[in-house]
Amino acid sequence: MRLQFILAKLTRGCLTLLLAVTFVFIVLRVSGDPVAMMLPDDTPPAIVAEYRAAWGLDRSLPEQYVRYIWSAVQGDLGYSFRDDRPALEVVLERVPMTLLLGLSGFAITVVVGLVTGIAAALKRGTGIDHAAMAFSIFGHSMPNFFLAILMILLFSMMWRVLPSSGGATWWHLILPAVTLGIINAGTVARFTRSSMLEVLHQPYMRTARAKGLKLTRRVVAHAIPNAAIPVVTVLGLRLGSLIAGAVVVETVFAWPGIGLMLVNAVGQRDLPVVQTIVLLVALTMVLTNFIVDLTYGWLDPRIETREAKEDR
Amino acid sequence: MTTLEVEALSAGPNRQRTPVPRPPTPQAETVLTVDGLTVGTARADLVIDVSIEVRAGETLCLVGESGCGKSLTCLAAMGLTPEPLTRKAGQISFLGDDLSRLNENQLADIRGRDMAMIFQDAMAALNPVRRVGMQIAEVLVVHRGLTWRQAEKQAIDLLASVEIADPQSRAKAYPHQLSGGMCQRVMIAMALACRPKLLIADEATTALDVTTQAQILKLMRELQAETGAAMIFVTHDLGVVAEIADRVAVMYSGRVVENAVVDDLFEGPQHPYTRGLMACRLHAASESHGRIAAIEGTVPSPARRPEGCSFRLRCPHAAEQCIEPPALRPVRGGHWAACHFAGDFA
Ligand SMILES: Nc1ncnc2c1ncn2[C@@H]1O[C@H](COP(=O)(O)OP(=O)(O)OP(=O)(O)O)[C@@H](O)[C@H]1O
Ligand code: SF4
Ligand SMILES: [Mg+2]
Repeated sequence: MRLQFILAKLTRGCLTLLLAVTFVFIVLRVSGDPVAMMLPDDTPPAIVAEYRAAWGLDRSLPEQYVRYIWSAVQGDLGYSFRDDRPALEVVLERVPMTLLLGLSGFAITVVVGLVTGIAAALKRGTGIDHAAMAFSIFGHSMPNFFLAILMILLFSMMWRVLPSSGGATWWHLILPAVTLGIINAGTVARFTRSSMLEVLHQPYMRTARAKGLKLTRRVVAHAIPNAAIPVVTVLGLRLGSLIAGAVVVETVFAWPGIGLMLVNAVGQRDLPVVQTIVLLVALTMVLTNFIVDLTYGWLDPRIETREAKEDR
Repeated sequence: MTTLEVEALSAGPNRQRTPVPRPPTPQAETVLTVDGLTVGTARADLVIDVSIEVRAGETLCLVGESGCGKSLTCLAAMGLTPEPLTRKAGQISFLGDDLSRLNENQLADIRGRDMAMIFQDAMAALNPVRRVGMQIAEVLVVHRGLTWRQAEKQAIDLLASVEIADPQSRAKAYPHQLSGGMCQRVMIAMALACRPKLLIADEATTALDVTTQAQILKLMRELQAETGAAMIFVTHDLGVVAEIADRVAVMYSGRVVENAVVDDLFEGPQHPYTRGLMACRLHAASESHGRIAAIEGTVPSPARRPEGCSFRLRCPHAAEQCIEPPALRPVRGGHWAACHFAGDFA
């Protein structure tokens, strides 16, 4: 992978971040006054003005924006309006919980998605294939909050086997992780299936058979390395959006991660906290994208040559 | 051409045919016998009643226009008839074993070890994301039980034996980093890795320039002489046939229409289609600028072959009786043709 390529990707990543942050910044400021939200209606105007000045809300929008970006670049994301601690500190406390949920969900997505997709492709046209595709459509079309509620109804209320809310024990992880995993596994399964089907029809798969390789070896050593190339992109995008998906799932299951925190912070107009969370989520998306691009070049030896050719 | 092996006879047509005449001299071992093979879908037959035979050390060329069923015949011989096609009739026996009696695992053991195939488009036939050295070594690991390290070393030797310069570093290349000719050599090295008893080369040289083609033909002949393999060589280049074949089976629209020892075929082709092919070749050779003479008309599609002789609509000799399908019959010793007038052509 060449330096120029990496630099181009990094620049694009930074622009994406800036865009996300700017968008949220503007939407938050035009959609309501945090001070009015926080203080009782009959607060004297002088006190209101004092708060506004303390939070920097008395300045013009462009000025606020420039100050925000300037300090953000230096690593200062402001103080939480509620907690009177640095917003970053407040958010980082919750990050491990979200990572735990997001990565568990992702692991489920990968395993279930790949296995289902590969099985469907190998057993194309059979009952296994139809069942796998029904599952995929289910995962794809089911809104995640709906599945979350369904899970709670079944496992927590009807059968009473798993806890539905909070994050106190490992048992609490199961329902939200499975919900998150299943929703994304459908898309991954469908993608894996079509990618595999395309690969299975390639001439080199016939060569593998003509060489006398048995099914397992043909699939593992020849089909999967080729089918993986497009699937990795989807997985990377999923990993990024899992964090976003976690917001909804965390809310339903009251899982104490940044998703739940984001919803609360929006409600309370805790602008620095909201901005910090958005920045972190955008950052994960940009980073996963970047990693996907790097992995791509490693999975597909043709990429580097192609890029070198395009540059010339 | 060495005369002993050349006298090997190929099988004639099937079921209600006259028995295949066997020459009195002792013969090299029969490696592959395809007997009355029909391949197709429920609606159309793509390969019809094809019978061929190759012996150790012998080269059989399959010739014919595009779409006449050469590749399908080869694939069927490997037990690799592609879906949704099926083998509807006929028997394939390899070293005395009926392929249809073997299960998929037993077939896998034979393929790559005792029978190997070189495919039409080598670049596409190699896995794009695996190094070519590994793709060759794999055959040795699977069939010979070598460790990867031993196999990779042997792969380098194999690459050297197919005259690839700098085999060490080429072994680490991916197919897209090699030229078409080099991929073809890699395919050959892969096919020869276990010194198979039968080598099927499906237009192994068609995509290559003349010089590379000549080199590869020479190489294949040398390797064949060394290993004593039987070879089926598919081509539609009669120049290549003249160079490499011991025996030739000419196919037209799914059938073998003529089958003869190469000299007999070039000296006295007995099927009008073969005669047409020869004429094309002579014209192409003599009038380098002028229009290349071709057989008028096109090959009928498998679903719409004319009644009777399927060459009828293009045949300059077509007569009334050609509405009856002509059987593949011996014209003289070891020379078969499927035409009502076979034997009448000078
Ligand atoms: N997998 C398949 N499914 C359906 N039809 C096929 C399939 N493979 C080949 N055919 C058809 O079978 C006929 C014979 O094909 P085949 O590939 O054997 O021709 P060929 O003689 O090798 O031609 P070429 O010189 O172009 O390679 C053609 O009409 C082709 O369209
Ligand atoms: S049988 Fe008739 S139509 Fe067919 S090749 Fe012979 S002469 Fe031509
Ligand atoms: Mg072909």
